[in-house]
Amino acid sequence: MEVNATSDCALEVRGVSLRFGGVRALTDVSFGVREGELFSIIGPNGAGKTSIVNCISGRYRPTEGQLFYRGRDITGLTTNARPALGIGRTFQNLALFHHMSVLDNIMVGRHHLLKNNFLTGSLYWLTGARREELRHRHKVEEIIDFLDLQSVRKTTAGTLSYGLRKRVELARAMAMEPKLILLDEPMAGMNFEEKEDMARYIVDLNEEFGMTVVMIEHDMGVVMDISHRVVVLDFGKKIAEGEPADVLADPHVRSAYLGEEDEALAGPDDAPRPLEASA
Amino acid sequence: MASSLIPAGDFRTSYAVDTTIFPTVTSRNFAIAGVVLCALAPFALNDYWMSMLIAIGIYGIAALGLNVLLGFTGQISIGHAAFFLFGAFTSAYLSTKMAIPAFFAIPLSGVATALIGLVFGLPAARLKGLYLAIATLAAQYILLDFFARAEWFSGGSVPATAEPFSIFGYTLSGDHQYFYVVLVYVVVSFLLVTNLMRTRDGRALIAVRDHYLSAEIMGINLTYYRTLSFGIAAFFAGIGGALYAHYQLVVSYEGFGIERSVLFLAMVIIGGLGSVMGTLMGTAFVVLLPEAMEWLSAALRGGVIDQTLGLKNNITFVREIAIGAIIIAFLVFEPDGLAHRWHQIKAYWKFYPFSH
Repeated sequence: MEVNATSDCALEVRGVSLRFGGVRALTDVSFGVREGELFSIIGPNGAGKTSIVNCISGRYRPTEGQLFYRGRDITGLTTNARPALGIGRTFQNLALFHHMSVLDNIMVGRHHLLKNNFLTGSLYWLTGARREELRHRHKVEEIIDFLDLQSVRKTTAGTLSYGLRKRVELARAMAMEPKLILLDEPMAGMNFEEKEDMARYIVDLNEEFGMTVVMIEHDMGVVMDISHRVVVLDFGKKIAEGEPADVLADPHVRSAYLGEEDEALAGPDDAPRPLEASA
Repeated sequence: MASSLIPAGDFRTSYAVDTTIFPTVTSRNFAIAGVVLCALAPFALNDYWMSMLIAIGIYGIAALGLNVLLGFTGQISIGHAAFFLFGAFTSAYLSTKMAIPAFFAIPLSGVATALIGLVFGLPAARLKGLYLAIATLAAQYILLDFFARAEWFSGGSVPATAEPFSIFGYTLSGDHQYFYVVLVYVVVSFLLVTNLMRTRDGRALIAVRDHYLSAEIMGINLTYYRTLSFGIAAFFAGIGGALYAHYQLVVSYEGFGIERSVLFLAMVIIGGLGSVMGTLMGTAFVVLLPEAMEWLSAALRGGVIDQTLGLKNNITFVREIAIGAIIIAFLVFEPDGLAHRWHQIKAYWKFYPFSH
């Protein structure tokens, strides 16, 4: 395991396995994401990339193993408690609130930062809810400016184009003011220009806003260009971790991605082991 | 929403201006004029029309609660009439047995009903769709059964009585005076819900409806908000019921079966799911439609249709059929509700004569 002491890791995944009945989505995956890093998770389809992100964001609870966020064990933490710790994410398949305006979508991202509730909110003018909402509106507008969403501010999210929706999702995740942001295929289905924009935004998130970024992405060009480190999954197992250039040169990775036959690599660890009992 | 209806040149120079309830000054003035017009209505209308307006107001408040639940949170309830009735009995009980003035009994009944709603809302956090519908159906029957048996509370088979509404020693009795009580409650209720929907918890409710998985990722506690939504729905049902009790002065559990719950659903669906003002339109539609059909059937009684079909002056039955047919036609041709139609009419006139 390359994972060091928990202290210098923003996020540590320690021996995480995830099973759905007989299906092994993840098998003993371990890696660490350092504070301020732009970290990518890559791997072929079905490798378990989204599963690991779902474990981190709380959608799935690992069957085995632990997750540490800034030294704190978050393995069993409820999903809705995680934003307050500073974990935000976007989804691979769009998960916007379709009937809400773009503005409201982004405002939902600030849910855990807002304090007004159904009583104070209903009394709006009397309880300071209005002032609070306006203060947060300022923050949201900064994000809207950053992501160039001004023209669609009041548009219903469900009517936007795919690329814009992806951007609104990013805006919503940014509004959560996360310290660790999980991006699940932020560029999937985008054209070249949209990808370029998105890549720039992600670098800015990391460098300007100081967020630790964990990204799943299939576009190798982007991954190699912008990530600091990469982990590669295949059939739910980690097959490589390290700097982009080193990882790309790894024969296991070449075999998984390019299908290069290499008998020397075919060890017992490389085949799926559906019948193996859990340790 | 409806940004196309904002006139050209109407630029917002602050976020405060951009978060007002009414998008333009004109629309706000229209709303205020509407309320003033309602306040003047008792001077112009007779008892019959006042009773219609009061019914729209009372049921409108209850339907508003159901819209928070069904339209905004996406949770169904077929037990709304039972909560309405619970509010009515509670207020009657508080005003007669405990001698609490109706002025205080009405909001208290709202709170009591909200608590009952929370109890029945607890399973709601775990159930969805048809399963939830069945669970709320159980609430309807449990509560109605309770009213039929708990004589200390509801009088059992003898209707419970409620004290009339009085304020500063002055009793507001009769349609013309009681109307003002209802009007105040309608305005306040609709303002409260409008405010709720533009703040944190309102957005959370809509988020739960639109995409509960990502709502959870945003830090929204699904169980809390689904239960809360039931509480809010029950609160407004209770307020509506309490207003009903002090209007009728007697409350009986008869007539508040499942068919009344379905009527509440009809009000919300016809008005427009997730539209605050649409709720009032839908309620007006559901309240006035039977009346309109009554006039129509009265006009046609003994006429050609009666003679042809050999109904022996029983054309009134056609009334019930017509109501059903109109509601079905409505759902087919205007599934987004009256609020949506209203928007389209406004948009049409906005761009007239160049609309297409």
